[in-house]
Amino acid sequence: MIFGLFNYWIVILMMMLGFYVVIEANNLIKKIIGLNIFQTSVFILYISMGKITGGTAPILTEGVEIYANPLPQVLILTAIVVGVATTALGLALIVRIKEAYDTIEEDEIYLQDRTLK
Amino acid sequence: MELLIDVASWVCLLTGGFLGITGAIGLFRFPDVYTRLHAASVTDTSCMGLIILGLMLQAGFGMMFLKLLLVILILAYTSPTVAHILIKTARREGPEPILDNKGKNHRHRD
Amino acid sequence: MATATASIFLRDLFALVMLFGIFSLLTASFFLNLDAPDVAMTEAAIGAGISPILMLGTLALIRNRSAPRVKKTIRATMAPILAVTITGAALIYASFDMPYLADPQAPAHNHVAPRYIQQSLQEIGIPNAVTSVLASYRGYDTLGEVFVIFTAGIGVLALLGFMHNTSGRRYSQFADTASLDHHTILHVISKIAIPLILLFAFYVQFHGEYSPGGGFQAGVIFAVAFILYAMIYGLETVYKVVSMRLIRMTMVAGVLLYAGTGVASLFLGGNYLDYGTLAHEPVHGQHLGIILIELGVALCVASVMLSTFLCFAGRAAVRPDEMEEGDKPT
Repeated sequence: MIFGLFNYWIVILMMMLGFYVVIEANNLIKKIIGLNIFQTSVFILYISMGKITGGTAPILTEGVEIYANPLPQVLILTAIVVGVATTALGLALIVRIKEAYDTIEEDEIYLQDRTLK
Repeated sequence: MELLIDVASWVCLLTGGFLGITGAIGLFRFPDVYTRLHAASVTDTSCMGLIILGLMLQAGFGMMFLKLLLVILILAYTSPTVAHILIKTARREGPEPILDNKGKNHRHRD
Repeated sequence: MATATASIFLRDLFALVMLFGIFSLLTASFFLNLDAPDVAMTEAAIGAGISPILMLGTLALIRNRSAPRVKKTIRATMAPILAVTITGAALIYASFDMPYLADPQAPAHNHVAPRYIQQSLQEIGIPNAVTSVLASYRGYDTLGEVFVIFTAGIGVLALLGFMHNTSGRRYSQFADTASLDHHTILHVISKIAIPLILLFAFYVQFHGEYSPGGGFQAGVIFAVAFILYAMIYGLETVYKVVSMRLIRMTMVAGVLLYAGTGVASLFLGGNYLDYGTLAHEPVHGQHLGIILIELGVALCVASVMLSTFLCFAGRAAVRPDEMEEGDKPT
């Protein structure tokens, strides 16, 4: 049973790592990297669910009987590009935040917000 | 003949692996940015080149052989350039190279 | 996973970005091991290519390279760990109900997927099952995703863009330092490498029906060629080759091409995005439809990636302290 389920545990471990980085990090860029780690762990979850024993890549060729499941791969293909779009937008926001607050540490931003009003 | 190609490809793969490991060890243990970069570039060019050569010998003549040949060509093209740019930037902005052990240009190990 | 763990403890942002690139590359090879070459190619191109470039661009704009260590209260350090532990325990408890790895009897493999694999050759006629599912069976999802990329491109343009329209005088001050004029080797190498990269992008685009590939990867590789050109020859030269207006129009054209194919099939009597009506035979119609929408996807992705990079790079050419109060970019 351990051998059959270990891929989920690896995924959960990485997910928790990314989750921890997102919550705990003070620096905004580190948060975005944690978010990316989280996203990548979700990708690994889906792709590992699509694997079939003895299968091969889902390119239909002669002489191959079992193919891996193409459906999760399609979903993750789009998800990866969406992930980079989100990252790009987040990084653009960080640049503007830096220009507005002159810092990208979260606690200093909160401090400035509180003392401004 | 088959045995000869097999043995040759094994030799290539093992040598490539050994070069990769020594390159990684050198990346940690060398004292200076420049020597470390040399170790890394050895991994980049020779190790990968030998491994791909070993794979080419395993693949026989065919489409895969041509594709691996293209990969080696691109690799021979780009990885020395990368090493060159890194060294040049390090020389321009970074630390002085450690030239000898006698204390001239000597820096603390970092 | 070791790289992910190391990223928690690092405070040097530059090292973090490099480590993230390595993490993405390792994940890409992991995908390859799990029989997913399309996904591996996309993850390698995007996660190890575009993402670190954008992050390094952000670091260059932010201009501090490390995050200072913050003293936190005991409560503040324990709260994330507690949240993470509880969530992790709940997930592990949930994982006991999941099917085993690579089990052929898993429910994921039993409903629609065998139909896709078996019917793909008769109904659509291209060997790459992933492309056929992406472009034809699940074309709506891909359309929505193209819209998401387009929105992100517009968002980055709104946040960071339009500065290139103002004053070439700001540019020329930094153009010499921004381009790498004295790097002759780079110039020579890139002159041969960039056309090859573009050729490879076209190959991946059009061969995406027979081998791993398709619109997304091709768009990213296409944008990377232009980004390389911009990095070596400077921003002004890039704007001579492809102006921002052209990039914006390409963005819109990609989306329009995709959505327009759907509308055209509406006019020709089928459902939205039903490619079978586009030509005299359904299989030919599918081929035509897939080529058109992959082209649309590649156009949109390439222009969004390129415009994002140019926005980041263009922002660096103007120092913030040189902007007067109320000096708005157009």
